[in-house]
Amino acid sequence: MSDNNKAGVLAAVVGVGQTKYQTKRGDVSIAGMVREAAVNALADAELTWDDIDAVVIGKAPDMFEGIVMPELYLADALGCNGKPMMRVHTAGSVGGSTAIVAATHVESGVYDRVLTVSFEKQSESNAMWALSNPQPFSPHLNAGAGGYFAPIIREYIRRSGAPLDVGIRVATKDRIHGSKNPLAHLQLPDITEEQVAESPMLWDPLRFLEACPSSDGACAMVIVNEELADKATKQPAWIRGTAMRSEPTMYAGREEVNPQAGRDCAADVYKQAGITNPREQIDCAEIYVPFSWYEPMWLENLGFAEEGEGWKLTMEGVTSLHEGGDTPWNPSGGVLSSNPIGASGMIRFAEAAQQVRGECGDHQVPNAKTAMGHAYGGGAQFYAMWIVSSEKPE
Amino acid sequence: MSEEKEMITGMEAPMYLTYNFTAGGATTRFLAELRNGKLVGQECPKCQHVYIPPRGSCAACGVPTVREVELTNKATVQSFTIVYIPIPNNPIKPPYVIANLMADGAHQSFLHLISDVDNADVRIGMRVEAIWKAEEEWTHAMENIQYFRPLDEPDMPIDEIGRLKNA
Repeated sequence: MSDNNKAGVLAAVVGVGQTKYQTKRGDVSIAGMVREAAVNALADAELTWDDIDAVVIGKAPDMFEGIVMPELYLADALGCNGKPMMRVHTAGSVGGSTAIVAATHVESGVYDRVLTVSFEKQSESNAMWALSNPQPFSPHLNAGAGGYFAPIIREYIRRSGAPLDVGIRVATKDRIHGSKNPLAHLQLPDITEEQVAESPMLWDPLRFLEACPSSDGACAMVIVNEELADKATKQPAWIRGTAMRSEPTMYAGREEVNPQAGRDCAADVYKQAGITNPREQIDCAEIYVPFSWYEPMWLENLGFAEEGEGWKLTMEGVTSLHEGGDTPWNPSGGVLSSNPIGASGMIRFAEAAQQVRGECGDHQVPNAKTAMGHAYGGGAQFYAMWIVSSEKPE
Repeated sequence: MSEEKEMITGMEAPMYLTYNFTAGGATTRFLAELRNGKLVGQECPKCQHVYIPPRGSCAACGVPTVREVELTNKATVQSFTIVYIPIPNNPIKPPYVIANLMADGAHQSFLHLISDVDNADVRIGMRVEAIWKAEEEWTHAMENIQYFRPLDEPDMPIDEIGRLKNA
């Protein structure tokens, strides 16, 4: 494997734009929705459409809205006339991968300012249906994403001996976080662990309130080179490292609970950012947790805890902002509070940037200087991660 | 403002997709044997793991799988979930159990239904057997197996599920 830490030019996030996340954005088309996020990001960066050199866009499978290659008709909405436009697709991790492609566009020295946008308008179709297509070599069991991930979670619980209320605690914590974020889809400031425990079981051991919602929304960022970031009015979020990894969905001996590709991706991004102890050196993280139990699982996969110990950090409140934990995870409310699938990964990356820029308002982690953004997708087989910092790298 | 119209926030635009699946060599053999009521996997010549359904190569070693291995109807529950969520047009009535099943002699699990058992009794390590549909209903599909049901056998030790015998 080549050394990924070869970037020639420093890059930083200087603008972030998001839409409000909600069940249905009936007031805008897809084009209107992505443009709204892009306009917000440009305004935040104090730049105009003319300043942008290239556009990188991402979304999850076309089946989610039933529109094949939506990027074709989004070129004008995103100001791409006469400019390079590229679409990225890596299933649920796509928002993260898209941000990384945009970052490397700048780091390569080829482009100075890149606009990147990710979106999903799930209300226009049915993702559950899109994820349950019949395959000729497999029985058609109609179980959706939860049906795929619940058995893996069950195996995590068996191996780690975690108490059964860990998932309930994550679900409650992320919704309380989300209630401090005005853009979050679910606004449940008074949610209790009892309510989560009593919500209907969907895919045992996952309950309704332990699963992500289905949202419409878009997220955008403006990423620029060092020279331009130095001139930005607002604090830039310096990109300290980016990494992606993938592995096949199925092979004999594949470790599904603690996937190799996730461990390798984390090791790579930490090496680039000079992180040897993520729990101590990372002030907060926005990690892709669409089902509650993925918090303890990723705490272990990403090296914040030893294998089998991740659930203890959750139960001790380490990942909770409102309980004063030292490493808040998903202060924005995370995927459990807002899930426009194609945008969800980019929201993680953008929220990490906003934390180190000090732009998070009521869900700001005090003195956050270094933050991690993470996304995963497919059968937990695509990974994208970045580390951003308020301090410019040496 | 009498001309002011209500905003159109959605129009139905159904999409139909008929997909012609090109099975390729390995899946053709697998589906043809399913049509004969047999589960046939393929063994990796390098790591000796047996794949079912076979895809013609071992994704771990990156080599073609050639030798075919006929498997019995017996399998072990590697993990499972009980599905309660109602999905439109789902012919299977919730709650039902879907399990990652490791067929005896195979090293990669596949998903199938567990039935003829109280859902609460399903567990990791449980031994099960395939219940096939009547022979005249067999086609080129895993649905030839209606479901798996428990066997009256002791559970398999969990660290042996899907492992090579001599590993």
